[in-house]
Amino acid sequence: MSRKIQVFAVALVLGGAAFTAPALAQNEQFIPNLVYRTGAYAPNGIPFANGVADYYNLVNERDGGINGVKIVFEECDTGYATDRGVECYERLKGKGPTGAAYVIPLSTGITYALTEKAPVDKIPIISMGYGRADSRDGSVYQWNFPMVGTYWTAADIILQHIAKKEGGFDKLKGKKVALVYHDSPYGKEPITLLQKRASMHSFELMLLPVTHPGVEQKATWLQIRQNRPDYVLLWGWGVMNSTAIKEAVAVAYPREKMYGVWWSGAEPDVRPAEDGAKGYNAATLQHSAGQFKLHEDLKKFVYDKGKGVAKWDETGEVLYIRGVINAMLGVEGIRTAQEKYGKKPMTGEQVRWGLENLNLTAARIKQLGFEGVLQPIKLSCSDHEGARTGRIQTWDGKNWKITSDWYTGDDSVIGPLVKETAAKYAAEKKITPVTCPAS
Amino acid sequence: MFYREAGQFKTTYNADQAIFPISQDRWFVTAVVLFAFLGVPLLAGQYLFTEVLIPVLILAIAAIGLNILTGYCGQLSLGTGGFMAVGAYAAYNLALRLPELNIIVVFLLAGVMAMLVGLLFGLPSLRIKGFYLAVATLASQFFLEWAFARVKWFTNYAPSGSVAVGKIEFFGFPIETPMQKYLFVLTLVVVFALVAKNLVRSRIGRMWMATRDMDIAAEIIGIRPLTAKLSAFAISSFYIGVAGALWGFLRLGAWEPLAFDINRSFQVLFMIIIGGLGSILGSFLGAAFIVLTPIFLNQLPSWLGIPLSTAAISHIEFMVFGALIVFFLIIEPHGLARLWAIGKEKLRLWPFPY
Repeated sequence: MSRKIQVFAVALVLGGAAFTAPALAQNEQFIPNLVYRTGAYAPNGIPFANGVADYYNLVNERDGGINGVKIVFEECDTGYATDRGVECYERLKGKGPTGAAYVIPLSTGITYALTEKAPVDKIPIISMGYGRADSRDGSVYQWNFPMVGTYWTAADIILQHIAKKEGGFDKLKGKKVALVYHDSPYGKEPITLLQKRASMHSFELMLLPVTHPGVEQKATWLQIRQNRPDYVLLWGWGVMNSTAIKEAVAVAYPREKMYGVWWSGAEPDVRPAEDGAKGYNAATLQHSAGQFKLHEDLKKFVYDKGKGVAKWDETGEVLYIRGVINAMLGVEGIRTAQEKYGKKPMTGEQVRWGLENLNLTAARIKQLGFEGVLQPIKLSCSDHEGARTGRIQTWDGKNWKITSDWYTGDDSVIGPLVKETAAKYAAEKKITPVTCPAS
Repeated sequence: MFYREAGQFKTTYNADQAIFPISQDRWFVTAVVLFAFLGVPLLAGQYLFTEVLIPVLILAIAAIGLNILTGYCGQLSLGTGGFMAVGAYAAYNLALRLPELNIIVVFLLAGVMAMLVGLLFGLPSLRIKGFYLAVATLASQFFLEWAFARVKWFTNYAPSGSVAVGKIEFFGFPIETPMQKYLFVLTLVVVFALVAKNLVRSRIGRMWMATRDMDIAAEIIGIRPLTAKLSAFAISSFYIGVAGALWGFLRLGAWEPLAFDINRSFQVLFMIIIGGLGSILGSFLGAAFIVLTPIFLNQLPSWLGIPLSTAAISHIEFMVFGALIVFFLIIEPHGLARLWAIGKEKLRLWPFPY
């Protein structure tokens, strides 16, 4: 009996260690990094996290930080779970001399939860290529930055590509388009736009949800076999993508007719299906796979010094590059803020200004080493997306190959939807939208 | 030495039936509650409020609810997540569609809504028992999750199926800062725990326990299984529904059905198993253990200054957490509450045990 108590007491003492955090030095910019290196989505989370980490290290090693302000970052594993993500955010948001500069949630669910917290904590959220599609309206969502592309842009780009192949949007009439989606806010985001387009061009939209984590899709693909839609759009993440492609092989649905969103178009998605994935298409968040100019610096300053997080061969993968781009956009946001507020660590509020006034011209992109990967990005108060362009890439069995020209999301379709949904959100949450200067 | 009841005479029936018959217990609990109300707000930081205290307290309400059903009435349920979702979505819709309602009324009505749903899904318990009932409640879990993901009205036709709540006011006072949320939740927890404690000591609680221990014998001595089981389902679902509403409004702020998936059901079930079946105190201990241990394990390496990769920390967290659950169940199968009781027994004899 007393042994039990002793053991219990020891456990209590161990458990009672103080919940305190160590302090950081002064001239440092702290950036939290919510990642998932474990869990069902780890195969996709790891390369992204590696890209982010390597870029921060590169900035520190090559330039000595952002204008002399060293970047300090800390990872926290969310496992793609919303409550753990919020816990990570709360744990890390106050660190560093100025608190978190911005937060990269890397999950639409966590982005939704943090959207409620950001205005209170004054920390901007960079949700590059995910998050709420209507959050590009900066007058309502002052703290959200769904940079480079929202899901509505992605859906529009894919539909434009399909229409082009068919010979115009009017040829879509009577066609059947199926959306196989992750049954979460992430997967449901594009539905609004697809429905709008479906009513505009009178094609039929089939909605086929797949429950988390997406390893069980037999029923979904049975429906596809029965209904034979003309195109299948895939809005999956992690293991759901490779499973979907394997199921498509099993029901002999042509992979050439399948179009994934940019989160369904990376190496971990197609490799497990081996040859079966050949011909599968995906939209790109501008960039595709393959090393480019920046990799010379990465090699010289990070990998040759043995500081790289990933393996060198993996640095040309889609999600790794996306991580690099995401980190670059954040760093450039801080740099823009420093131009206004001085070359010192920035607060979240100052970074928000920097992000909103971010202007990456073609020349600047070339200077940063992203030529050919990114197109110019310019944000403003009313547009937190900054760019609405993308291409289609196709898996040839070995590599991702760009197989289309640039498409631009049609703002005459997306714009009004954004306004409408954002206004509804503002009314529900009793937010008074800020007035944006006419640009 | 200090913890003895010698000299404490009970001269009235009231004194004999007090919740804490020993005055040391009474003082201790009063001190803890007072400290929680007055001391903690002065000492705790924001992280402690939002990630430690509020989640533990809210899930403690859910654990009390499930403990009423499983621990006291013996009806195994795997539908906790679903009933929490009913509470959360009911509260969301009430707050959205009837904005003039006071927030406390919203939460209580959300509890009532969960209670009705709980009653409905409790009906099979009249015919089936044990593991079979667990499977039946599992069906409710899946059905409710499905309903909130599919029926658009529940989410006010939000395109993504995720809902967000606006600002919360309580008689004109805003509930915004973590401390205000904490005090609000704490007040509810104290009231709910007190009511639950009294319920399980009363006639109705004895009815539940008789049904749990042997339902046929209970029936023979005149306890109607219908009343006993359905009242347990109703009250349990009410507690769980309120916990769900609080979880959505005060913890998450924005949520999707995934926040109340089957894992939430298991989480609350593990809380009462680890904490102690049939114990109100156990609900609190279990909630604290299940919520805090992973967070603690996750941060331990950085406190100790051990450089580990993020992935390694997460893997170690899973392994140690699992091992700890097994460890506690081996040293005390009746849960942490039983350990606490043993500790008190020891304390009576200390420092001269025989």
